[in-house]
Amino acid sequence: METGRTTPGVVAGRLPPDAYETNFADLHPRYDPHEAHVAADRCYFCYDAPCITACPTAIDIPLFIRQIATGLPEAAARTIFDSNILGGMCARVCPTETLCEEACVREAAEGKPVEIGRLQRYATDTLIGAGVHPYTRAAPTGRRIAVIGAGPGGLSCAHGLARRGHDVTVFEARPRPGGLNEYGIASYKTPDGFAQKEVAWLMQIGGITIEYGAEIGRDRSFDDIRAAHDAVFIGNGLRGVNALGLDGEDMAGVEDAVDFIARLRQAGDRAALPVGRDVVVIGGGMTAVDAAIQARLLGAQNVTMVYRRGAERLNASVYEQNLAQINGVRLITGAVPVRLHGDRAVERVEFAYTSDEGGRLVTMNDGFWLPADQVLKAIGQVMQPLTADPEAALDLDGTKLRTAGTGAVPSHPGVFAGGDCTASGEALTVTAVAQGRDAAAAIHDYLTDAQPAQKEPA
Amino acid sequence: MADLSTDFVGIKSPNPFWLASAPPTDKEYNVRRAFEAGWGGVVWKTLGLDPHVVNVNGPRYGVIHGADRRVLGINNIELITDRPLEVNLREIKAVKRDYPDRAMVVSVMVPCEEWAWKEILPKVEETGADGIELNFGCPHGMSERGMGSAVGQVPEYIEMVARWCKQTTRMPVIVKLTPNITDIRHPARAAHAGGADAVSLINTINSITSVNLDAMCPEPMIDGKGSHGGYCGAAVKPIALNMVAEIARDPATAGLPISGIGGVTTWRDAAEFLALGAGSVQVCTAAMTYGFGIIKELTAGLSEWMDRAGYDNIAAVTGRAVPNVSDWKNLNLNYVTKARIDQDLCIKCGRCYAACEDTSHQAIGMGPDRTFEVIDAECVACNLCVNVCPVQDCITMERLPAGATDPRTGRVVPAEFGDWTTHPNNPAAHAAE
Ligand SMILES: Cc1cc2nc3c(=O)[nH]c(=O)nc-3n(C[C@H](O)[C@H](O)[C@H](O)COP(=O)(O)OP(=O)(O)OC[C@H]3O[C@@H](n4cnc5c(N)ncnc54)[C@H](O)[C@@H]3O)c2cc1C
Ligand SMILES: Cc1cc2nc3c(=O)[nH]c(=O)nc-3n(C[C@H](O)[C@H](O)[C@H](O)COP(=O)(O)O)c2cc1C
Ligand code: SF4
Ligand code: SF4
Ligand code: SF4
Repeated sequence: METGRTTPGVVAGRLPPDAYETNFADLHPRYDPHEAHVAADRCYFCYDAPCITACPTAIDIPLFIRQIATGLPEAAARTIFDSNILGGMCARVCPTETLCEEACVREAAEGKPVEIGRLQRYATDTLIGAGVHPYTRAAPTGRRIAVIGAGPGGLSCAHGLARRGHDVTVFEARPRPGGLNEYGIASYKTPDGFAQKEVAWLMQIGGITIEYGAEIGRDRSFDDIRAAHDAVFIGNGLRGVNALGLDGEDMAGVEDAVDFIARLRQAGDRAALPVGRDVVVIGGGMTAVDAAIQARLLGAQNVTMVYRRGAERLNASVYEQNLAQINGVRLITGAVPVRLHGDRAVERVEFAYTSDEGGRLVTMNDGFWLPADQVLKAIGQVMQPLTADPEAALDLDGTKLRTAGTGAVPSHPGVFAGGDCTASGEALTVTAVAQGRDAAAAIHDYLTDAQPAQKEPA
Repeated sequence: MADLSTDFVGIKSPNPFWLASAPPTDKEYNVRRAFEAGWGGVVWKTLGLDPHVVNVNGPRYGVIHGADRRVLGINNIELITDRPLEVNLREIKAVKRDYPDRAMVVSVMVPCEEWAWKEILPKVEETGADGIELNFGCPHGMSERGMGSAVGQVPEYIEMVARWCKQTTRMPVIVKLTPNITDIRHPARAAHAGGADAVSLINTINSITSVNLDAMCPEPMIDGKGSHGGYCGAAVKPIALNMVAEIARDPATAGLPISGIGGVTTWRDAAEFLALGAGSVQVCTAAMTYGFGIIKELTAGLSEWMDRAGYDNIAAVTGRAVPNVSDWKNLNLNYVTKARIDQDLCIKCGRCYAACEDTSHQAIGMGPDRTFEVIDAECVACNLCVNVCPVQDCITMERLPAGATDPRTGRVVPAEFGDWTTHPNNPAAHAAE
């Protein structure tokens, strides 16, 4: 029998060859100019617009939309990049339904916000597509700054520093830049290699060098890096993952959702990617939703997402939940896995119902089984410390770095941080960009105020 | 059901909607289809003497679009009919024979010489047409040749030609006026003095719709050059309404029948023209944009509104608003209102605030939670906030009752009427004693 959706086990090629391209196509294709004009015309050009307040990078949204409406998407793009150098990626991946578009007054008025994200994409694509980088680098200052991690936080910071004339070296553990833009975000949000195109475009500023395969804490020590640079920005994201803490987590077929997604994002030929027939995704956030949907898109027959608390506590937005359900993902809330069954490979998962007793989650005796040849764990990522030395360890707030408003790490002068690794803000691409941008400004101030630029002796 | 049938200077039509003299009425094929669709009448595309004129062979229209390419206004550099006179006359006759109940008015434009009018009018009369319209309005091309608006801008010529026509034909004579003039009352008075039965207005407004910034040339562009054209469509309606009203309330032309033209797009536009004194309306751009099918909306809408408002026939609507068209000096300065924001409807966009704070009277306050409220002590009731608010009825104007104190001026609102003519600040005021 030919391989299909119902073939048991974790196998590749469940779908007809041409189905993959359709399935992983752009979720929200780019507007054509007429669509953009119509969409832009809906903006009221609000005073002190609430959408701006809701955008973590505070893009001047009414201004850029008006620039689209008046026929200058390139000018609109500049407005966007002035606040958010990764405005191209944010336009694709921001959960706008909980950010700018949720705050749009037309959402309040008629439940149909101005489509800010898609307009932002229309504008930014125009300039990036033309290969035009609208900024020039200031005269070199001779300052050298290390950036740890080439994710959105690190890249945003690196650009801000390079623009101000500083020399930036980015140390990146992985072989490619972009962080989760390249390895994590769902394929249909950023198809056609956009993450790499965007980084190449960003690098046109000059003054940024990226060293790949350079994991700080393994290949290089944090202290050495710190000693060799005038300042350090940490944007290492959340590399570690939480474990279920159940027996059998090392069975074949059980893996972290982020690894599954990274493999998918890096795959040249998706038809060659194995996926289970019965996939169980554990978790209730963006990662769980993305893993579940993409498992379906790869041809899994049954994909069930199981979240331990009630539906109202799901981290994934209503929009994302709907997207999951449209794609045929089954969502079960109020249940936790208690046992993984199987021999060498997982065969089924045993769940227990939970009850929320005043915020405390109680596992019940009652439960159910789900057949599973693949189990994807998406129960949270954690920061990996950059140094094992407790003396040199950076100050934590919970499991993440403690930072001041500007991104400065109070315990370590000259060290700044931003993005997922810090305890402040939501773990989103746009937040990382904002924090990287602000840290660049703070580092610049730190370098120019605290240590006045070297002058020729009088 | 309201009776839409219309008798305009003896020209009868089943409804007051006529297609204006323009491409929709340029030939038999169009006019037959218009009548089948339900149009009450047509003013046939302007006839001239042979040899007939020629049109440009490149684009003849420019346009102003709204965001969704909604046509807001069109301009054109088309001339009068570019077909032989005989062909037009034959077609007019055939159509009128087959649609005796529809208004068939024929637009005419010939040189400003008596023989020319005396030559063409009998030929038109012979077709069985119901009336003629003198095209003194075309502002482009024909005006360079001393016709169209070149005549319409000289009241003496209007009077003279109108008189020739009245002497020559038994048909009612309608004079179509150009808006490209400072005071529309003068040409209307001239038409009246020349014995014209009615005026129709407006013809198109001289305009350049846009400039092609690559070619540095006005649109529409003919081989790298452009010329001004006539502007029409929804955008010109306010100008047309005012001109109609000016004529309707001018004692010198009181009672002169008016066919209202300019931007009529919906039944409501038509009702407004009627209310300001028109006895029939003419439509061009709306038909050119949407086709003849809009006549169903126009007639059904007008009829529905007349039923609701209690008007039995067109004559009952004509001129109803004219007595309320006044001069500024006669407006009641003791009518004091304040803007009121309905907080339940407000979507907190802040447009009222930006408008009032930046460009008006600083009369809207913005609270920390984006609550917008009117400051009565500053509000002059200009209405700008009402106009810019995107939510219908969210901001309204509320009248201060007589006896209340206006917190802006500190003065008690008087119960009696008081206008500028009696205002103490008016140096020319003579207190009524
Ligand atoms: C599956 C998934 C889907 C997501 N979808 C969305 C979405 O749709 N929209 C959205 O806004 N957000 C989404 N997010 C969140 C978003 O991707 C992150 O918030 C964002 O990428 C954080 O950026 P960052 O720069 O802090 O970290 P990362 O993007 O994680 O980048 C960190 C970089 O540092 C490198 N690094 C780590 N440790 C070291 C080290 N020791 N030495 C050198 N380099 C190191 C990593 O390899 C990586 O390149 C998603 C996250 C996941 C996991
Ligand atoms: C392409 C075009 C050609 C026109 N030709 C004539 C004409 O030959 N004679 C005339 O009296 N008016 C002519 N007009 C003016 C129309 O009859 C009418 O007065 C004007 O368009 C305003 O009405 P509207 O806003 O409904 O279009 C023309 C208008 C257009 C758009
Ligand atoms: S960056 Fe994201 S949140 Fe900000 S305006 Fe753009 S799409 Fe909205
Ligand atoms: S809130 Fe909506 S309407 Fe107002 S400026 Fe922002 S996008 Fe435009
Ligand atoms: S313009 Fe209207 S909707 Fe907007 S803030 Fe003012 S009152 Fe509210």
